[in-house]
Amino acid sequence: MNLLKGPSARAAAGFAGSAVVLFALAPLVLSDFRLGLLAKYLCIAMVAVGVCLAWGRGGLLTLGQGVFFGLGGYAMAMHLKIADAGPGNLPDFMQLYGTATELPWWWQPFANPLFALAATVLLPMAVAAVLGSFIFRRRVKGAYFAILSQALAAAFAIWLIGQQATTGGTNGLTDIQGFFGYALDDPVNQRMVYFVIAAALLLLIALARQLIHSRYGELLVAVRDSEERVRFLGYDPANVKLVAYVVAAGMAGLAGALFVPAVGIISPALIGIVPSIEFVIGAAVGGRASLVGAVLGAVAVAWAKTALSEEFPAAWTYFQGLLFIVALAFLPGGLASLAGIVRRRRATAEEKKAAVIPVGEAA
Amino acid sequence: MSGLEIRRLRVSFDGFTAVDGVDLDVRPGDLRFLIGPNGAGKTTLVDAVTGLVRAEGSVRFGGEELLGRSVHRIARSGIGRTFQTATVFEELTVLQNLDIAAGAGRSLWTMLRRRKDVPEPVARALETVGLTELADSPAGTLAHGQKQWLEIGMLLVQDVRLLLLDEPVAGMSHDERQATGELLQRISAERTVVVIEHDMDFMRSFARSVSVLHAGKVLSEGTVAEVQADPKVQEVYLGHAAAETTADVAVQEA
Repeated sequence: MNLLKGPSARAAAGFAGSAVVLFALAPLVLSDFRLGLLAKYLCIAMVAVGVCLAWGRGGLLTLGQGVFFGLGGYAMAMHLKIADAGPGNLPDFMQLYGTATELPWWWQPFANPLFALAATVLLPMAVAAVLGSFIFRRRVKGAYFAILSQALAAAFAIWLIGQQATTGGTNGLTDIQGFFGYALDDPVNQRMVYFVIAAALLLLIALARQLIHSRYGELLVAVRDSEERVRFLGYDPANVKLVAYVVAAGMAGLAGALFVPAVGIISPALIGIVPSIEFVIGAAVGGRASLVGAVLGAVAVAWAKTALSEEFPAAWTYFQGLLFIVALAFLPGGLASLAGIVRRRRATAEEKKAAVIPVGEAA
Repeated sequence: MSGLEIRRLRVSFDGFTAVDGVDLDVRPGDLRFLIGPNGAGKTTLVDAVTGLVRAEGSVRFGGEELLGRSVHRIARSGIGRTFQTATVFEELTVLQNLDIAAGAGRSLWTMLRRRKDVPEPVARALETVGLTELADSPAGTLAHGQKQWLEIGMLLVQDVRLLLLDEPVAGMSHDERQATGELLQRISAERTVVVIEHDMDFMRSFARSVSVLHAGKVLSEGTVAEVQADPKVQEVYLGHAAAETTADVAVQEA
């Protein structure tokens, strides 16, 4: 009985359950098309894992995760475009819009698959480390941090649009055919991509869980709740926040990288202000401080977006905004906090029952 | 043990000088009380020593100059403080609060793993401040006095050599004050303690030495009896009769 109780046993059961759902149930019941959509939602959920850590636990409202998602996505897409073009050829869009006869210098390292793969995670982390150390040392926080992150997402998207000849501009990097030698139009390979994404998501959740339950995780909550006090204990809160910010950036980068083979495109429209806010909404609705809440919330909101925006393309944006505001104003802990409330109610009810029994016996 | 040595300390905010050329020496192992009317600059003095506000002059602890260092570096050189309103991490348990306070020097590897057991200094501090029973309760559920004790416990596990306590017994019952005073006496056997306090009974019972601050300057210094006999001190407190009735009575009683 004890085996089924403790929090780590519950977590293990949760992991096993999600693995069954993701690896057995979903491929069985979903069509190839729906499974492809689920792969996309799971990528968004990977970003939400980082948001849960940085925002839910660290209090950093990261409204600019699109930057890191984009860095990961472009790093991956650049490699895939080079590979699609074949040795010695330029990617298709460069032949159309550009005047260059050879790859720009900053494209060249991405021809190497190992470099590109490492860059999908390390590049966003490095950028986050530089940005973060500026931001946190200058003690930018709260709404100012959120606005700054958002401005960065906007700036990055605008910069990409301006570089038509080397980034594909507004169109982005599209029409990606192959993924490390596998043709992406083959449903079997698409399914493989889905499995890779599902496995990556579970891995990130496990990593985030370890961080949240570590001493660092406790310290992060302390910094979120009382930064000044932490400073008087001899810690530099800037470093504590920086770790969460950089890890969240790496997670967003990996999500962006895996998004590319799943969807076949990365473009400024997928990483600007609106998508950056969308990355956060799912976590807010599901419960930003809870990993399970953030992940399920992200999948649910992404699914709702597809389902509802097909029916009501104009109304969805308003609905989404409303959802965000309602969640923040009335349910700051998200749907996950409802479970906690129910559990507490039940516990107090049981306590009352337990308290009654001895009295009865005494009588 | 190290002592605190403050020279010509000045703190001003937009033209208002809150601390105006304070010289203050606290011997190692002293239990020093800082008293004075509201606005005398007591808390600002502590803020300056702990790096929270900019100051001119010199603050040396154990021979090291502290002014100009950042808050967390000053904390790491062995100086800890509490605040007028207890600030503990409400959502974390008592144990977690103490564990964090104990951990500023931990390696990255230790930080990234779970806490498996209760570290020895944490267990000792729990015992010292009498919170062992409540180790797993969220700090937010503690009573006011218990939060103050938790804060003192956090300073103990932080292993500070100088404790700066800002009104630690405010809002406590008589018994709690007594317990806190005895706790401070025990602590000051191995560490240097500076207490800002308005409660004159508490000061008389536990102070080893007293400094009286007034309008940003040190007005008088010495043992409790010496300070109370000082006509300058009596004048300051009598001048503030309306606002400082407790202090007033205390001085007259002497």
